[in-house]
Amino acid sequence: MRVDPIGKLLLGLGTGVAFGALLEKGGVARHDMIVRQLLLHDGRVATVMGTAAAVGAVGVYALERAGKTQLSVKPLQPVAIVGGGVLFGAGVALLGYCPGTSLAAVGAGRRDAVAGVLGMLAGAVVFTWLYPRFKAQLEAGNQGKVTLPEVTRTPRWPWIAGLSALIAGRAALEARP
Amino acid sequence: MSTSERQAWSPYVVGAGIGALEAFAFVTAKKGLGVTTPFETAAVLAQQKVAPEASRVNRFIAARDEAPAVDWEFALASGVAVGSWLVARGQGPEARAVPRLWARRYGPGVGRRYAAAFAGGALMMLGARTAKGCTSGHGITGTLQLAASSWLFSAVMAVSAAATARWLFGRR
Repeated sequence: MRVDPIGKLLLGLGTGVAFGALLEKGGVARHDMIVRQLLLHDGRVATVMGTAAAVGAVGVYALERAGKTQLSVKPLQPVAIVGGGVLFGAGVALLGYCPGTSLAAVGAGRRDAVAGVLGMLAGAVVFTWLYPRFKAQLEAGNQGKVTLPEVTRTPRWPWIAGLSALIAGRAALEARP
Repeated sequence: MSTSERQAWSPYVVGAGIGALEAFAFVTAKKGLGVTTPFETAAVLAQQKVAPEASRVNRFIAARDEAPAVDWEFALASGVAVGSWLVARGQGPEARAVPRLWARRYGPGVGRRYAAAFAGGALMMLGARTAKGCTSGHGITGTLQLAASSWLFSAVMAVSAAATARWLFGRR
């Protein structure tokens, strides 16, 4: 199996440490916080994700234009995406953590998250058994690695501006006394 | 409000931090944050070690487009637990095996909670690997790239998770 050079692994480790620290500092690696978001009693998790997406979109598209990176988009395979999304959502609600916050919750010492991570490993093993049998069905109707601007034949900037405006507007509403 | 919640940073600050981290990752590793591919790699490694023939793990490797690797993302996933450990250490102990909302509905039993967490984790990972991403890989990294697959995944996942949470925790 391929193993990345140590420098690249350390870079990944450092990026992960920062990610885990931010998740914990944000108070989102908690079962009750995530379940309250799913019940729409609290908006913190969606705010973190939306802000990250808006800031990241501005940054990553600017860097891409400057030739400093390239996009890495996942393919639009409708069966895999919809089927996977349904299973994933049900699992998140039952566990009360998503994959990233599960790992962060383990680091923070939340013991139910340890059971969750063990379940995730078991799920990955089962996936390796099932995947060869269902690969063809999952990839049926593959639309390729497309973005929303490409699908709708629109420029990129209105999407990025819209996403940013949505988050800025939300922040402004919350900041009102 | 608990002590740890009072110490939490604004979700806008944390979100902006994660967005900046995405940009950093896109420059230094040419891709964004994601944490579930390493679970697939771990599953392959474990089966190669324990039962390479019986598990037919080679059939999986041959079928999968991306070869499993101990790579940048594998290290990243490990780092997430380290980062939260560093932060939580400074916030004082909070040893609670059964979350409050769970206990209110399903009782304080540890076994029941662990069993549900295990099953939820397994279901969640099956979904993530089927769709090739999770709340990080699709939910943040994919949506910020305006990937059609990621916006569709996020919408489906949100509806499914909200419906399941309502069924599990909503009023009866």
